[in-house]
Amino acid sequence: MILEALIAFSFLSALVVLLAPDAWAGRLAFGLSVVPFAGSLYLWSAFEAGGNALTDGGTIAFKSRYEWLEVGGRSVSWFVGLDGISLPLVVLTTFLVPLAIVSAWTPIDERQSQFYGLMLFMEANLLGVFTALDFFLWFVFWEAVLVPMYFLIGVWGGPRRKYAAIKFFVYTNAASLLMFIGFMSLVLALGDSVSSFGLPEITQAIADGGLGEWFGIAPETVAMGAFLAMFAGFAVKVPIVPVHTWLPDAHVEAPTPVSVLLAGVLLKMGTYALLRYNFTMLPDQASALAVPIGIIAVVSVIYGAMLALAQKDLKRIVAYSSVSSMGYVILGLIVFTEYGVGGATFQMVAHGLVSGLMFMAVGVVYNATHTRMVGDMAGMADRMPVTVGILVAGAFGYMGLPLMAGFAGEFFVFVGSFGAEALPYAPLFTALAMFGIVIVAGYLLSAMQKTLFGPFRLETDYEVGRAPVHDVAPLAVLLAAIIVLGVAPDLFFEMIRDAALPVVEGVSVDG
Amino acid sequence: MAEPLVAWTALSPALLLGVTGLALLLVDTARPKSRSNTSMAVVSAVGALASLAVTVWFVVAGTGSAATGGAITLFAEAVKVDTMALFFTAIFASVTALVVVAAHDYFHDHDNPAAFYSLTLFAATGMALLAVANSLAVVFVALEMVSLPSYALVAFLKTNRGSVEAGLKYFLVGALSSAVFLFGISLVYAATGSLIFADVAAGMESVGSLAGVAGVGIVMIIGGVAFKTASVPFHFWAPEAYEGAPAPVSAFLSSASKAAGFVIAFRVFTEAFPLGVSLSADINWVLAFGILAAVTMTLGNFAAAVQEEVKRMLAYSSIGHAGYALIGLAALSADAPGNGAVMGAAMAHLLVYGFMNTGAFLFVVMAERWGIGRTFEDYAGLARRAPVACTAMAVFMFSLAGLPPFAGFFSKYFLFLGAIDNGFVWLAALGAVNSVVSLYYYSRVVKAMFLDDPASAGALDALDVRPTALYAAVVFAAVATVLLLPGFGPIIETAQSAASLLF
Repeated sequence: MILEALIAFSFLSALVVLLAPDAWAGRLAFGLSVVPFAGSLYLWSAFEAGGNALTDGGTIAFKSRYEWLEVGGRSVSWFVGLDGISLPLVVLTTFLVPLAIVSAWTPIDERQSQFYGLMLFMEANLLGVFTALDFFLWFVFWEAVLVPMYFLIGVWGGPRRKYAAIKFFVYTNAASLLMFIGFMSLVLALGDSVSSFGLPEITQAIADGGLGEWFGIAPETVAMGAFLAMFAGFAVKVPIVPVHTWLPDAHVEAPTPVSVLLAGVLLKMGTYALLRYNFTMLPDQASALAVPIGIIAVVSVIYGAMLALAQKDLKRIVAYSSVSSMGYVILGLIVFTEYGVGGATFQMVAHGLVSGLMFMAVGVVYNATHTRMVGDMAGMADRMPVTVGILVAGAFGYMGLPLMAGFAGEFFVFVGSFGAEALPYAPLFTALAMFGIVIVAGYLLSAMQKTLFGPFRLETDYEVGRAPVHDVAPLAVLLAAIIVLGVAPDLFFEMIRDAALPVVEGVSVDG
Repeated sequence: MAEPLVAWTALSPALLLGVTGLALLLVDTARPKSRSNTSMAVVSAVGALASLAVTVWFVVAGTGSAATGGAITLFAEAVKVDTMALFFTAIFASVTALVVVAAHDYFHDHDNPAAFYSLTLFAATGMALLAVANSLAVVFVALEMVSLPSYALVAFLKTNRGSVEAGLKYFLVGALSSAVFLFGISLVYAATGSLIFADVAAGMESVGSLAGVAGVGIVMIIGGVAFKTASVPFHFWAPEAYEGAPAPVSAFLSSASKAAGFVIAFRVFTEAFPLGVSLSADINWVLAFGILAAVTMTLGNFAAAVQEEVKRMLAYSSIGHAGYALIGLAALSADAPGNGAVMGAAMAHLLVYGFMNTGAFLFVVMAERWGIGRTFEDYAGLARRAPVACTAMAVFMFSLAGLPPFAGFFSKYFLFLGAIDNGFVWLAALGAVNSVVSLYYYSRVVKAMFLDDPASAGALDALDVRPTALYAAVVFAAVATVLLLPGFGPIIETAQSAASLLF
């Protein structure tokens, strides 16, 4: 019941905030959003589950299931639960939302109750995405996330917000349709061997060889087609090169708090879904395509980093580096080792925190200077010492400084991928991907040097002083979380590994 | 209530609508001088809701269902009450209730709105009668009972050239299609010797050398159906009529009248011309409906995409949705087990459509009441002045496009899945492509309302009224559109079990 309560509370608080007056909508939203975080901490402390929720022999924590309706002989149900993969993402979501709300207090000054209401509405749906274990339920939440995001970018965004919002909406909706078709063909090919849309049932039916012919198409072809359609659909969400182009537009135009959630949580929807659907359900297809997917991952890492290197807009730099970071996640998933898949999941959480911190810090600088262009400012450290200090620390987290969360994530991925058997030439892929870190260090250091250090100079006519406490506090909280997770990755990594292991065992490595 | 005390009480949903219409006339006759807009609206809303309540009660109690002794036939089998009839009557009564409530604010300064309410109720009565028709003669009479008030309703604003022109166009096309339809009936009668559906079906089995006559008759009946459902090739009246008519009438016609067209289509073609029998007489009406569905949905959606006026866009989108609903007939195949599922899905889609499309048109009613313009640009920035109504409109638009958080997603999904299960992958694929196209023009409305800035600072000053009844209707339709998603289970089960009985 606790998961239902969590989701229902988020929906209700969204409604309450929507109807609240603008004057205190922000405070109210923050107060209400702390409750789900407390709830998720309780979930964490009471978490008892073993294995992966989807595979045979896994136990699901906080499981609850109610019949909803029946489609063509298969039942659709309200089916939620957690395992070691989804719990860290639930905690991440409930942790980031209150911080993002606080970071919105300064920049958001019109239609506030609508803004905060939509943020909470999105949180409710995100929780639904990470907890749902029934395909239809999951898909409803998955799509429902897009609607508030569309408005958040389109109404409160920058000058080209309409273009960015529509591009985001069209890209992700088209991707959802592709993924939906892919998954449905899989379910239809399973025929009578499943009687529900529960993800565990479907995963296990596929593992037991339940796929049959569908309209005269051989089961292997159906599975491969479904894998490709779902991979393409989720790739847009992640995003992976070459379907990443909506991301920089969306990030640059979105207001800071929305960017935080977009990078911190929404991108993880894509990698989470890839892990759940493509890599857990169809491991054989995945490992048959290991080399092309490995190439895509490495290209994302290198190309994303190169693009970041070429940018002048601080937000664009962070946006493109997200593309690069997501490449590590894909690499970790495709190698099918305990540390690879576990590290990829850990990297989702770590990147959520680090990129959230970076976007927030850039946002605080922007609030003061009203520019994000590298050439427009210099010497910010002089005027905003605390903010800049945290920004620098965050950047080092991004570069993978040991004892910070980013290091742990990337390190696990590399450990897992170097000796992987499922991916041919794994050492080569790993080495190339590691090279990405060098580029990251290159562009972050050069951007910081130009903007933060040296004598103070600003092209816009704004007085720059210390940022207000409520702008800086979320940064400090995030930095603390990054360090805690970097020092003690086992807080999450233990349960992640437990849930990742069955995924790894699902693949058969030849030779 | 398994067996009604008196058999004709099974008709009470239709009777309630008819009696309400007569009562409205009576009120108007008693006090012809006084403007009694409010009392008229209240009486008609109460009548429609009472009819809806009785219908829902009947469905829940199982009147006319297989569990309680099967369909109730009356008047020498000319009329048959079963779950399918009640399902459609529920659509008609809900739409009627929404429309009359909204009309209260639309006609707030009209000289004599009384006739509007009684005409609407009479048309609804005709629809309820269509739903229970079991004979081609009753079908024709009921069809005229729907059509004649509709012509008058479209031309209701008699000093408005657009309204009168639309009424005339609608009347001319309607008269022609009625004639074609009637001629079709007579040819079928000539070939089979009966008008009662079951006897027509029996006659079809031994039609022999008269198969050609019956075939021509069936084609003509398809023409009549196409007119009523606003499908290709008799769709071209719809954009004109919906655009010119008063917006509440457009809402009524595009939702309820379209569903009425589908109820006869579903019934006549499954009961009077069963697929197996028709195919053995070389009459392949499934292919005809397949082509009609494909052309209708494609034409409707692509034409909607290029419109500049919201009302006209909605008119074309309603043509597109007629194309989706036609899948309920087009994806049938002889003796396939999934026939009931796909037709039931089409019925459920029409129910959901009844709320989301009526709601969308009622939002246009609101825009007309506010006196803002008709194009997408005129809606720019509306959400700042009217966030509640605009949120409701966004719900309708996303639901019509079939996005998952809303009921339109499920109804479309079930429809396409039913088509796939019956082997009509191409129809489902075409439907999916069309849904993607439709997202473009539906999201234009949302973009205009929420994202765009008003054309000028004073552009939205006209929004100084908050028509209560209209708001209530729009918000109610939006809530229904959302709640039908979690509550879709009983709807689809009722619809599919009702439809399965026809095969």
